[in-house]
Amino acid sequence: MGDGDAAGRLDGEEVGRIFREESGRSLAALIGVFGDIDLAEEAVQEAFAVALRRWPRDGVPPNPGGWITTTARHHAIDRLRREARGRELLSEVAVLLPGRDDPGKPPEVGPVQDDRLRLIFTCCHPALSTQAQVALTLRLLGGLSTKEVARSFLVAEPTMARRLVRAKHKIKAARIPYRVPEAHELPDRLRPVLAVIYLVYNAGLSSSAEPGLCAEAIRLARMLATLLPDEPEVAGLLALLLFTESRRASRTRPNGSLVVLGEQDRSQWDRGLIEEGQTILRQCVRRNHPGAYQLQAAINAVHADAATVEETDWPQIVALYDRLLGVAPTPVVALNRAIAIAELHGPAVALALVEELDLDHYYPFHATRADLLWGLGRNSEAAAAYQRAAAMAPTDAEREFLRLGGRASR
Amino acid sequence: MTHYLLSVHSVEGEVREPVTDEEMARSHEQLAVLEQELKSAGAWVVSGRLHESATATVVRMAGGEMVTTDGPFVESKEHLGGFYIIQAEDLDAALGWASKVTGAIKVPIEVRPFAGFEA
Repeated sequence: MGDGDAAGRLDGEEVGRIFREESGRSLAALIGVFGDIDLAEEAVQEAFAVALRRWPRDGVPPNPGGWITTTARHHAIDRLRREARGRELLSEVAVLLPGRDDPGKPPEVGPVQDDRLRLIFTCCHPALSTQAQVALTLRLLGGLSTKEVARSFLVAEPTMARRLVRAKHKIKAARIPYRVPEAHELPDRLRPVLAVIYLVYNAGLSSSAEPGLCAEAIRLARMLATLLPDEPEVAGLLALLLFTESRRASRTRPNGSLVVLGEQDRSQWDRGLIEEGQTILRQCVRRNHPGAYQLQAAINAVHADAATVEETDWPQIVALYDRLLGVAPTPVVALNRAIAIAELHGPAVALALVEELDLDHYYPFHATRADLLWGLGRNSEAAAAYQRAAAMAPTDAEREFLRLGGRASR
Repeated sequence: MTHYLLSVHSVEGEVREPVTDEEMARSHEQLAVLEQELKSAGAWVVSGRLHESATATVVRMAGGEMVTTDGPFVESKEHLGGFYIIQAEDLDAALGWASKVTGAIKVPIEVRPFAGFEA
């Protein structure tokens, strides 16, 4: 400590970055010790407030996360000592404290080694609504402020604050456990965790409201993949996000309008992310337990392999969609499969498949119909379908793209 | 330990799928086994089945006087038909018991924590 260089370049932004990276871990460790989310949140915030005062003067400690956890724990203990109820709680947790003094040391052996893993399973417990799961995950594991979480999902801050309070109250009152599910429960319990991370990513993709969401989702997926290295769907989700992320910058024009996959400048795709995704996917293939995320990642890998859209291996993509439809037989998957079929067998075959789907409420359904009708020269029907899609599109970029006639305008 | 209410709501006038005597007997048998299991696990506190809501009576204070009226408190189609009060380590344990009950009687079970029973 007392490093003059560190003190020189440390500012609020740097502490903010450390907060994003470390607060989830510290918070999870404190909830593990005290079993109280509100107490843990307050203590971690207090520790960061101390850091903000002290670090610019003394420099950043060698293990900032450990420093935050230790400081927060002392703060929580001080607070509990001042309250009668707290003193009771303290006597209960006292036995746990010595082993927890080294923040770098995992609290137990076995498949479960990190409190953040417990925390994400608590946040994404099926007894909570999806909205609450997402909000809790971003707030507690992502270190986002209530304001940022609210902005991410386009709701007013007081609404989000109430949602968070209600969810935390339910966790406490109903005693939603703070533990990693046992092996036989894991498939069921992992599903909402993966869904929440995917939802966070897509929220970042489709809105410019909170630009950090994509990075946050990838960070959570990486964390989960490190903590649950034997779950192929976790790896599959991470690979899927990496492939999607590799194309994110090519997805929009400088004016914000959307660029479809076939028209993207492939030289702009992030090769580093693609390679990482491919490495993960190869490990998945070796394990041979395919699931919906792995198959979606594989489809994205095929696109990433093609230097130009003409070189795309459509038979392979259709084959992967067939398997995806087997594990996830939803109309949305069927729609995406039809789009691939159109590339392979032409728009007439694809349109016949699309017309059978019950997706009237889903704007990509209308956009796809429009593309296929245009491909068949049925232009007035195509125009009507584009208008229908544009009226339902969630973002300005997509609305604008569709209003101009989607692919047909190119 | 937390106490939980596992409640079974029956819908008035709802036509349930015809149940054979054999199915009924099997369901009762499963419930008896389950109750025994709850008791030996130390989870059982009390359980019961209620008569239909038409048998209910409400007493209330009105203008300083006690008034007794016929019928359930809430005029609704759904009524509490039966319940278990259990104690469990956490919600997952309570949900585990609830899924056994719903498995035996094939109707949804609502699980709610009691306030103020926490150890």
